[in-house]
Amino acid sequence: MTASMDNVGERAAHQAAQPVPHPASLHETAPAEASKTAHVSGQQHPIGMYLKIWGYLFVLSTMSYLVDYFHVEGVLRWTLILVFMLLKAGLIVAVFMHMAWERLALMYAILVPPLCLGTLVLLMTIESNYTFWTRIIFFGKGP
Amino acid sequence: MTATPMTATPLTETADSAPATQGLRSLAADWSSDQEVFKQVHWGKAMMWVFLLSDTFVFSCFLTSYMTVRSSTTVPWPNPSEVFALTIGGRPIPLILIAIMTFVLISSSGTMAMAVNFAYRRDRLKTTLLMIATAAFGATFVGMQAFEWTKLIVEEGVRPWGNPMGAPQFGSCFFMITGFHGLHVSIGVIYLLTIASKVARGHYEKKGNYEVVEIAGLYWHFVDLVWVFIFALFYLW
Repeated sequence: MTASMDNVGERAAHQAAQPVPHPASLHETAPAEASKTAHVSGQQHPIGMYLKIWGYLFVLSTMSYLVDYFHVEGVLRWTLILVFMLLKAGLIVAVFMHMAWERLALMYAILVPPLCLGTLVLLMTIESNYTFWTRIIFFGKGP
Repeated sequence: MTATPMTATPLTETADSAPATQGLRSLAADWSSDQEVFKQVHWGKAMMWVFLLSDTFVFSCFLTSYMTVRSSTTVPWPNPSEVFALTIGGRPIPLILIAIMTFVLISSSGTMAMAVNFAYRRDRLKTTLLMIATAAFGATFVGMQAFEWTKLIVEEGVRPWGNPMGAPQFGSCFFMITGFHGLHVSIGVIYLLTIASKVARGHYEKKGNYEVVEIAGLYWHFVDLVWVFIFALFYLW
């Protein structure tokens, strides 16, 4: 996993490579500096990475728009829309929100609970199917 | 309280239990450990994530109820591709306004990600400017949404209880979902401008801790994330 890359050696290397921007008073800045590097080690990425992800998001959005523009219909349409949606969501959460560099404890705490929404969707699909056929049978083409 | 005891613990923690920081073992170790589960995570960041998780469920409930009413109605659902078309140069272009709104919001996410990056490098000027750019994109988005709502209400006659194009549930779903999202964007703009002005005034220079910018960024990216789902499930479906 990507999280395992923030090991001690790397963090130490990062800290060593950090320039100290405020050498005003050592007593003042030392703890702050430590807190900065301790939290931040995973968050020091080159700007190019963000621009690349930005580009990917643009391309994926354009592609999902083109699905509508060229009137792709049926199962292919739904598959494409969902694939592009999930790819975009994944890129935003993993890179922009830095989830890929968080500790596993936080990753699991945030990403696992939404999985139970699948159960809700399944139940409501069954329910709406029931409502639909009730309407057809008892109201004809009712509201 | 200064940040000293907080930072001292995680550093020794990883040094002592280096093998435990890998894979599922680290997960088990963190969750079974004393006092603190989210080690090396700023409390504000953890709290923001928990809030975003709860907000995920709010939006999921909206989208699931939209799915339920759409698949249970016997009246045809209005075609979003036609409802949200704009006539540009005498030719209707399907969904063009929504596509532009999507690009605006994605761009705002990009500028926000870079603002977070510059904040950690303590580049206050770039951070402030990028955050203001993000807020400006957000305000543009809300403005376009206001235009879209006006067009839908005044010209198309869409109401929460009915519309001339088909299933009456279309209006209630649309106003509920996009309205709640627009509210999130508006709050985000205010939030970002607040943090940006504090960064500009050097409020965080004393402690040198720019985690607040990343926390604000988390909220903003979430707003973009929700739009990804609304765009796919409401407008494109």
